[in-house]
Amino acid sequence: MPLLVVENLSISLFDEGHETQLVDRISYQVEQGETLAIVGESGSGKSLSSLSVMGLLAKELRVTSGRIMLDGEDLLSLSSEEMRQRRGRDLSMVFQEPMTSLNPVRTIGSQIMESIEENLGFSRSAARTRAIELLQEVGMADAERRLRQYPHHFSGGMRQRVMIAIALAANPKLIIADEPTTALDVTIQAQILELMTRLCREHGTALVLITHNLGIVARYAQRVTVMYGGRIVEAGRAVDLYHRPRHPYTEGLLRSVPRLDQDRTQPLRPIQGSPADPFMKITGCRFHPRCPYAAPVCRETKPAFEAGAACHFPLNQESRDAS
Amino acid sequence: MMTDATLEPIPADIPQAPKRSRMRSVFSKDRKAQFGIIVLGLFILGALLAPLIAPYDPNEMTLDMMGSPSGEHILGTDDLGRDLFSRILWGTQISLFVGVATVAISLFFGVLLGVLAGYYGGWIDMIIMRYIDLQWAFPNFIIAVYLVAVFGTGLLNVIVAIALAFLDDFARIARSMVLTLKEEQFVDAARVQGFSDIRIMVFHILPNAMAPIIVQATVSVSYAILGEASLSFLGLGVSADTPTWGLILADGRSFISQAWWLGVYPGLAIMLVVLSINFIGDALRDALDVRDADI
Repeated sequence: MPLLVVENLSISLFDEGHETQLVDRISYQVEQGETLAIVGESGSGKSLSSLSVMGLLAKELRVTSGRIMLDGEDLLSLSSEEMRQRRGRDLSMVFQEPMTSLNPVRTIGSQIMESIEENLGFSRSAARTRAIELLQEVGMADAERRLRQYPHHFSGGMRQRVMIAIALAANPKLIIADEPTTALDVTIQAQILELMTRLCREHGTALVLITHNLGIVARYAQRVTVMYGGRIVEAGRAVDLYHRPRHPYTEGLLRSVPRLDQDRTQPLRPIQGSPADPFMKITGCRFHPRCPYAAPVCRETKPAFEAGAACHFPLNQESRDAS
Repeated sequence: MMTDATLEPIPADIPQAPKRSRMRSVFSKDRKAQFGIIVLGLFILGALLAPLIAPYDPNEMTLDMMGSPSGEHILGTDDLGRDLFSRILWGTQISLFVGVATVAISLFFGVLLGVLAGYYGGWIDMIIMRYIDLQWAFPNFIIAVYLVAVFGTGLLNVIVAIALAFLDDFARIARSMVLTLKEEQFVDAARVQGFSDIRIMVFHILPNAMAPIIVQATVSVSYAILGEASLSFLGLGVSADTPTWGLILADGRSFISQAWWLGVYPGLAIMLVVLSINFIGDALRDALDVRDADI
């Protein structure tokens, strides 16, 4: 049984009686110890769906349909207090901005130890030992001295390492990382992703990696789910998606970033237009206004999700079938 | 995974040093703060040792009325022949106690109300803030005068009255700090770890709000001392036979042209204490604001 099952999840924004659907019946699964990447641009609903897994949606946002099962337990049926108990222990999260994710007036040590003491019931000294171990695990030299330092003594990459240590502190089953490397230098990005995926593998922790950079995740995730305009447009194994995308949006994402395995004289081709506005009604396939292959049917009927993609005219049909 | 049993004991005496050493470095550089600590320290010492070092009984009347400062009465005597130095020394006890106790009470309840209002918002915020607004509409001192007038004079009533009067300042500051702080990502990061609302308020939000609250507290201690002096001056103080700075000033007011020391010395005591506390407050703010720390 998969660790996390998200089924037909819809999320809407309720604003003075108006309902705007932001996430439209998405489904995905994460196996224990596996890394799943959720890829999409701003406003695609990727962060919202993960916040709903954490039970931390803002007041105006509500889950309107679907189930979120963690280890066979429906998280949406839990009370807010029960959900609070699950956070930290069963699921944890790493945010995009390491510069602001740590409390500026408290030492690194107290922040890591707090999570261990609260979630695992360790004593002060046991928590300290564990905190030192965790800092060593995330590759921090001189961990004992580091415990007594404040966040402003740390660089962005080091803070993100601390955040990873905190997320791992109570040994959760699942960690959601929301754009964990977007705010970091390119050279540090690879280090952090490498570290995260390795630690999760070692701990048997499942990782949901939310990102807008498809190129980056192909190396670190086993499976990828691509979201566009609140819907899942493509899902599959990372290698397949990377080499033989089926949805024109996925193809567009791949073409718009430089790749080492392709002719460098080829110009980058951006996806035309701008991201789908959830407040604008788009009939049929939400991607059709920007899609180079769009036909009249795309404007009229919403494509069903079949064979890994939600598209009337999936690409790379033959090559994928052959492989 | 690690269990408790496999953990090796570690020495318990690893110093939690940074905060204290930072405090020390700020205070070792700040001359005004040093002045404040020394002067305030002398006053506290004087207040504690008043029964031992006061040369006379503060209420003992002698025939040496309105005597100017001399070897016998170093700060002179008042219109009833009471030794001014002894009276000011005993008055320090009341003034400092009222100042600290008042601020402790209004800080606790004010911050409590402000944090609850800011964190939960909605109707909780609505109810708390309407009360605070109501209080805001009246000058603090008028509220204190009104409360003492209703509940009567006496040490406890004076403390409660001034504490209530200052409550809104703390509530307002705490609420506005919490409103901005609760949107910070480190609060989300705390939620993600499954911490309770109370833990998030006390250990994650409040420490970040302490700097302005402490500055307000030091200002309020001085105002509370002034407030007590003013109440005593108006005859609404602790009691007529307890020497407090305000009362001494009030008693001396009519003779200020003949006996300048009756106005100058209690006034000087008030000024020195208030100034010292403000200097210390400034240094505390610098020391507590780790975010400005040099790396």
